[in-house]
Amino acid sequence: MDQQQFQKIVDEKNPKVPYFMNIIKAFIVGGIICTIGQLITFFYMRFFPFTEATAGNPTVATLVFIAMILTGTGIYKKIAQVGGAGSAVPVTGFGNAVISAAIEHRSEGYVLGVGGNMFKLAGSVILFGVLSAFVVALIKTILVNIGVISW
Amino acid sequence: MGPVEKDSAFADSFDEVLSLETEKEETHEQAHTRMIEKACHWAAKKNHTQVDKVDVLIGGDLINQLSPTNFAARSLAVPLLGVFSACASSMEAVIIGSLLLESGNARTVLAGASSHHQAVEKQFRYPLEYGAQKPKTAQWTVTGAGFSLLEKDIKNAPVVTHATIGKVVDSYQTNPLHMGAAMASAARDTIERHLKNTNSKMADFDVIMTGDLGNIGISILKEMFQDENTGVVLQDAGAQFYGNDTFFNAGASGAGCSATVFFGQIYDQLKKGFFKRVLLVATGALLSPLTFQQGETIPCIAHAIECRMEKRG
Repeated sequence: MDQQQFQKIVDEKNPKVPYFMNIIKAFIVGGIICTIGQLITFFYMRFFPFTEATAGNPTVATLVFIAMILTGTGIYKKIAQVGGAGSAVPVTGFGNAVISAAIEHRSEGYVLGVGGNMFKLAGSVILFGVLSAFVVALIKTILVNIGVISW
Repeated sequence: MGPVEKDSAFADSFDEVLSLETEKEETHEQAHTRMIEKACHWAAKKNHTQVDKVDVLIGGDLINQLSPTNFAARSLAVPLLGVFSACASSMEAVIIGSLLLESGNARTVLAGASSHHQAVEKQFRYPLEYGAQKPKTAQWTVTGAGFSLLEKDIKNAPVVTHATIGKVVDSYQTNPLHMGAAMASAARDTIERHLKNTNSKMADFDVIMTGDLGNIGISILKEMFQDENTGVVLQDAGAQFYGNDTFFNAGASGAGCSATVFFGQIYDQLKKGFFKRVLLVATGALLSPLTFQQGETIPCIAHAIECRMEKRG
């Protein structure tokens, strides 16, 4: 049996990935997380002296805190099995990546274990997040300076 | 076995099920070691002997540098041969053990392999609590250790009559969450060579059981043998391990999967005389997180042993 025949059997036997259902589920789960985030933002604006521009930081911190509790209790991975990208893309997914790695490497000690591995998964989010923010800011600065748009 | 495995389809043949994955130890890796020690003691006890009377322990696991097996041998204080062919380690151990017995260089050999779900996840995949969606092709690494005691000329016990050492077969699969497809080719190669070398047909066997191809892997293998009547003869331990529970997706995997099923259920069935002739094909995917990230394909290996139960008396 050659490689082509084998690959044909494999492709035949592979279960179809339910892309459409996955997208719907991701949309619903991601949507719920973002709605909760929006409610938290309103909460900070209503009861604390935050504006729409400044309420983002405490909202992110609160969501990460919730993600931390859900990760520690094992609930987040169950949400993620249903939600897929819907639970991975929001900031709660970032929190989950950091916290799960911290828990996992607790047995190797605080410095080299928790400290050294905490950003193993989330490190690239930070790196490419900062990089893309820099590139976007650079483009906008150039466009403003040549007078195409204004701040 | 771990607590998750309590509900396995093969649970009847397990000697001991732990109540916690950590088994009162501090880390999963320590629990892994403890489980190997316990399995060795069970294997010896059931044969009315003690571990320290054994000439050599041959074992393997999936963790870097085989540390759980090495650490278990430290406290068991027996001569050790550590072996690695991923999830096919148990059969590699039995093959080497049988040859040692046959050549007269050993009288009693303990052979087997083990895996621990949490320890394996940590090494090969993501942190346990990380929310990564698992596809339907993914398999669940079994927490379990299976060891068997091999001796020469025992009456009323299954006998290893033939063995086929696996070739490393690469079918250019690259998805580490779909190892059934990668391992099917290796299983096919080994089974084909075994049948040819022993001049036998599939129908001559009561069962030909592969280690951990999973639901999808075994259906790929059956498709590859479509010219033969594979029907009920060709089975897979991994596909049956957790029953039809969809939580485990394509089924079970890990060195502990084939080892516990082959040395548990299949051994019992042979001993009872229910099976007369079986072919046990443990399959292993020889990948590491490093090779996968460097874009390498997943080469696989399958070792087979043929066991027969001679007439009683």
